[in-house]
Amino acid sequence: MSADLQHHEPGIFQKYFWSTDHKMIARQYLFTGMAMALIGGFFAYVFRMQLGFPNHAVPGYGIVTPARYNALVTMHGSIMIFWVAMPVLIAAFGNFLIPLMVGCDDMAFPRINRLSYQIFLLSALVLLSSFLVKGGPFGGAWTAYPPLSASGAYNLTPIGATLWLVAVALEFVAFLLGGINFTVTAMNSRAPGMKMYDVPIVVWMIVLASVIFMASAGPLIAGAVMLLFDQTMATGFYDPTRGGDPLLWEHLFWFFGHPEVYVVLLPAMGIVAEIIAVFARKKIFGYKTVLYTTWAVGFLSFVVWAHHQFVAGIDPRMANIFSITTLLISVPVTEMVFLYVATLYGGSIHLDTPMLWALAFIAEFMIGGVTGIFLGSSGTDIYLHDTYFLIAHFHYTFVPIAIIAVFGGLTFWYPKMFGRMLNEKLGKIHFWGTVIPFNVIFIPLFITGIAGDQRRIYNYALFAEQARPPLQHLRTTATVALLVMLSFQLVFLYNFFTSLGKGKEAGPNPWRSATLEWTIPSPPPHGNFVEMPTVYRGPYEYGLPGHPEDFVAQNVPDSALVGEVEA
Amino acid sequence: MLERYLSAASTYAHWIDYQFILIAVIVGFWLIAAEGMMFWLIFKFRARDGRPTQYITGEEPHLKRWISIPHYLIIVCDIVILAGAITVWYQIKQVMPPADAGAVVRIIGQQWAWSFQQPGPDGVLDTADDIRSVGELHVAVNTTYHFELMSRDVIHSFSVPAFRLKQDGLPGRTISGWFRPNRVGTYDIQCTQMCGIGHALMAGRIIVETPQDHAAWMLRNSNSTVAQQQAPASPAAANATTMAEVRR
Repeated sequence: MSADLQHHEPGIFQKYFWSTDHKMIARQYLFTGMAMALIGGFFAYVFRMQLGFPNHAVPGYGIVTPARYNALVTMHGSIMIFWVAMPVLIAAFGNFLIPLMVGCDDMAFPRINRLSYQIFLLSALVLLSSFLVKGGPFGGAWTAYPPLSASGAYNLTPIGATLWLVAVALEFVAFLLGGINFTVTAMNSRAPGMKMYDVPIVVWMIVLASVIFMASAGPLIAGAVMLLFDQTMATGFYDPTRGGDPLLWEHLFWFFGHPEVYVVLLPAMGIVAEIIAVFARKKIFGYKTVLYTTWAVGFLSFVVWAHHQFVAGIDPRMANIFSITTLLISVPVTEMVFLYVATLYGGSIHLDTPMLWALAFIAEFMIGGVTGIFLGSSGTDIYLHDTYFLIAHFHYTFVPIAIIAVFGGLTFWYPKMFGRMLNEKLGKIHFWGTVIPFNVIFIPLFITGIAGDQRRIYNYALFAEQARPPLQHLRTTATVALLVMLSFQLVFLYNFFTSLGKGKEAGPNPWRSATLEWTIPSPPPHGNFVEMPTVYRGPYEYGLPGHPEDFVAQNVPDSALVGEVEA
Repeated sequence: MLERYLSAASTYAHWIDYQFILIAVIVGFWLIAAEGMMFWLIFKFRARDGRPTQYITGEEPHLKRWISIPHYLIIVCDIVILAGAITVWYQIKQVMPPADAGAVVRIIGQQWAWSFQQPGPDGVLDTADDIRSVGELHVAVNTTYHFELMSRDVIHSFSVPAFRLKQDGLPGRTISGWFRPNRVGTYDIQCTQMCGIGHALMAGRIIVETPQDHAAWMLRNSNSTVAQQQAPASPAAANATTMAEVRR
């Protein structure tokens, strides 16, 4: 849709419900994701309180029954992955950044984009509605293994289980629509002169994440349809008494579920790359190598799924093959991290809030990465599978992805999104108040995992080895740290909302960044670019020798550059 | 290392613990090296007036080496870790050392209890003197056991942390495995797969006894059902026997 058609001021309804402007849709995804994060965070608060202080009523919630505990952990996992990480990392950043960074006026299919958000919102409402139905929300874990998930007689939440499944399916539809849009826009709508290797890394990463998502979602959608039939029409796809097999679901689920990890990791890696380049005033070290390793990760992510099923009853010989592929994927991921660290070399590093988040992402993600080796190695997985060691491991990957990198991206692009700067001092308080407690939550959980704590247990009283007081102290420590971390989020919310009106005017390019979105006013007007840009160079031209400025924007022609040097 | 946190009571507990230590040493080295390198670079190249940024693309051979050499070293480390992991896995999950006479146990998971069936003095399963128990399994120390794991309803996972033993039990199939307890004592049995609202109640105990004590226990209990630990009542458990017949 061109800028001219949008010039008349739309009514409120038109503006908020039917706007096809990618920036509006990005903001809607962002705020919906943030609202869902508050809900998912509240659930974490409730079940951690139950674990830290068992059998006490949780302030603001009450007594946590076993059924409610299961529902809370199930919903926490589902919400944080499907309704927080994906909408914020892929949809909010993808929608906002892709047209601005590749230099076009909107998504390739603006109406599909609008439809994608409407369906996403519907999926969130369907999920939350399960709290209101008889039996309550589904409590069979976010992996929803049948026969538990397939039969109301087993899970005792027949309506909740179906609503969970429908909500996930709708969310998938939303992201399939979004994924097509991101891919097509990045492929077809690039500004003249922008070659594939001039595309900013974050755009590449979101596109590759969308491709991985679209390629992996199919089998799970088929699996979900079969599960829905099992739940509602008494079919027996997963029922062994009628020739079905519960392992089928595990394969279909994890064939999607493991690539999904990289679907959310890649956009986070992309955000971090942009921030590091700007605040280290450096070209990304080995731009092309970063992309090659990303493709390798994307490809390998499709052949590692059964490492979730080593002890699930699959042929034990298969475990060896999946152990090999799993450790193999550590090679490109490590290389990617090394390239990011190498980018710091020779830079001029400014530790503003976005950079703190980006560096914290790398530091924390490394811990998540190396602890994955213990679980991917089949021999040790026998013991560590489904313990808190696993919980701590994936939170050391997911919190950097969905929390730390997202805060990095938000603090970095906030001036572009809303035209004003965040308060730097509050930003740093929020940073330290989030990152320190995060480690205090999950390091103790590595230890309780090593000591044998199995997951999804509302109370360890029946397990003599787990009920030992030192382990309970660790659980309580983690809970207290969570309370600290959650309370510091109020600082962020305060900073976010007060800066909307009171923040310092940002101007077009407060961070002196070289990519296209910083060449236009903040916030960008309808149609984004007054004059459609032409691209002459790559996205990370910092510290170019012989140039008075320490960066050259992508749309600066070579002739202008030569002129400046001569002058 | 792991034994500091939880006792090791089977022969393969130590194999897993050694593999854990091997990985901890290797990845610990890399983690410290990478984090150290990163923080050193942040300090060394902090913004200072008058110091320009270096223009580096990452294509320069003398700088690329700093990525490619660690990259090859990591492949070597991966191979070392894999060799250990596959060896441990093979010994525990792929081969079955022969069981000692009469040392076989049928483990049945159901919402939400573990029940066990062991041969009586005749040493043969599925005879009249079988010993059935709920929530409590008695085994003799230094004896190699084979188990047959099955489930009556949903997926459960039979886990004995002190043995480093974990295996999912699925409805509709029988999964076999082995263990050899080597330390007398009483240890926890967990269910580690979400199996419904009573998942946290699905606790059991495994009692490793001297051969004499075990023989005495067997004589006391043959042809009887031992139900020492309360199992929560469940609608699924009530009709589970008949369903198990169908599924077998």
